[in-house]
Amino acid sequence: MRAGALDQGLPENMSQTLSADRRLEHKATNIRIDILKMLNIARSGHTGGSLSCVEILVELFYEEMKHDPGDPALPSRDRFILSKGHAAPAIYAVLADSGYFDKKELLTLRRLGTVLQGHPDSKKTRGIEVSTGSLGQGLSMGVGMALGLKIDRFDSRVYVLLGDGELQEGQVWEAAMASAHYELDNICAIVDRNGLQIDGAVEDIMNVEPLSDKWKGFGWNVINVDGHSFSALRSAFHVAREIKGRPTVVIAKTLKGKGVSLFENKVHYHGVPPTDEELKIAIEELESCRR
Amino acid sequence: MPEMIATRDAYGKALVALGEQEPKVVVLDGDLSSSTKTGMFAKRFPDRFFNMGIAEQNLMGAAAGLSAVGKIPYASTFAIFASGRAWEQVRQSIAYAELNVKIVATHSGVTVGEDGGSHQSVEDISLMRSIPGMTVIVPADAVETERAIMEIARYRGPVFVRLGRMKVPVVFDDGCEFTIGRSSTMADGTDVSIISAGVMTAKAVEAGKELSARGIHARVINMSTIKPIDEVAIVQAARQTGAIVTAEEHSIIGGLGSAVAEVVVRRCPVPVEFVGVQDTFGTSGTSEELLEYFGLTTSHIVASVERVIERKKRG
Repeated sequence: MRAGALDQGLPENMSQTLSADRRLEHKATNIRIDILKMLNIARSGHTGGSLSCVEILVELFYEEMKHDPGDPALPSRDRFILSKGHAAPAIYAVLADSGYFDKKELLTLRRLGTVLQGHPDSKKTRGIEVSTGSLGQGLSMGVGMALGLKIDRFDSRVYVLLGDGELQEGQVWEAAMASAHYELDNICAIVDRNGLQIDGAVEDIMNVEPLSDKWKGFGWNVINVDGHSFSALRSAFHVAREIKGRPTVVIAKTLKGKGVSLFENKVHYHGVPPTDEELKIAIEELESCRR
Repeated sequence: MPEMIATRDAYGKALVALGEQEPKVVVLDGDLSSSTKTGMFAKRFPDRFFNMGIAEQNLMGAAAGLSAVGKIPYASTFAIFASGRAWEQVRQSIAYAELNVKIVATHSGVTVGEDGGSHQSVEDISLMRSIPGMTVIVPADAVETERAIMEIARYRGPVFVRLGRMKVPVVFDDGCEFTIGRSSTMADGTDVSIISAGVMTAKAVEAGKELSARGIHARVINMSTIKPIDEVAIVQAARQTGAIVTAEEHSIIGGLGSAVAEVVVRRCPVPVEFVGVQDTFGTSGTSEELLEYFGLTTSHIVASVERVIERKKRG
């Protein structure tokens, strides 16, 4: 199987989307540059895990999800929860680019008085659904949303992005159990499987494998994809929508620090922002890939 | 003899009535619905009741999520699990986002009884009170519980309500009104004030009667909202009576007594004595035995009043 193929239900015809994907790749590069500029100006924040989930966010916000930046409270919208809240710069860059707030706010990240807190704060930021940052809590909130949306017979979907290190939190598995028990097929969890956490490799710190078997054992439909392939993510989200009676998890294999060789797969850049010099090098590399 | 009703029973009934009135109300429980009495709501409104199993952290997170899509969730379990096991979920998922979740915890304090110290939360008021924006309510009886349960549905924001397992005397009549943040004066007096909450209010009223027979006129204040606390009533009590005794079925660290003292030292310093659990865990026994064992009786309140009046006289 080539990279990006699914465990199951792979739609045959994905070639006509190629030019659209070029557009998304362009978008992803812009988002990465925004993220790095924000982190550099803020002088603190999480570089690696923000860069690893860019394609996931871009695919969700520009292709998959039903949402309206002009009306963030639209009752029938799909919901997105950034359970791995430390990737806040990534969601802020995507929300700003989508039109939820002015792009110049990005440069106020983490400053006193900013609407862009170090971790997502639904009271302060337009487009942020719930507050996260303490790991392990997002999927539970997704469960509550999914239950409530079903009561009101909305066909809205709930997307929850988790880190792979985050899966070490026991609450995630409480929520996983509840999602399957209540047959919440309107939930789609995505695991940003970049393989690293602050102290080292996930497998060394506290192994989460066998990951697919764990989710399957909890009653979930499991799809493994290349988390940097738009077409693969799109197919996975499409399959997830069609699966009835149980929730789906998309385990997205990613590279921490993706897009900048200086940061790629380096534990050090989990919680370290780029210096001025690193920013320059990073932007040059990202721009050169565009050409 | 007054009627004896457990506040958890009043909760179960009130929830059903509230469910009839307000379709946005949903209820979550953690495998304790027969004890917390949310089972009554579950029976009447099965589609709006969610048993989340023995998983309190997820229970609080799911309550937050339900609130985020416009529901008014009432989340119930025992007080120790609601406030202790899931404290950080209450903080991050519910309170930090100012979500409209009503946490109604039963089996608080030592009157849980035979289950012992593991299940007797004497810290929950302290834990919940320290969370920014959290409202904390400790009703005194069945009538006040029913009023509070209905009232908090009309208030927007996170609320913690502390209820008990054992039957307690009904101290309010049907005309009782409940307003968040407003205390009620059960008896007036000028020699001393007894400020109580929960199961201790009936005992405070009794203590007031005993004292009055001895010529000591105590003001008895039921402080059912611990946060935001009724500062006006506390300052008046301090100014007009010059001495205060607090009475609660909770640790003397961080609970009602601390909340009252925080106001008194800042606004009008007078002597204060604290009736409560003295920085210790609970233990097995019957509810009545434990109230005696931990010094939570009418006679303990009376003794504290005598001590505080002595301090007041010494000046």
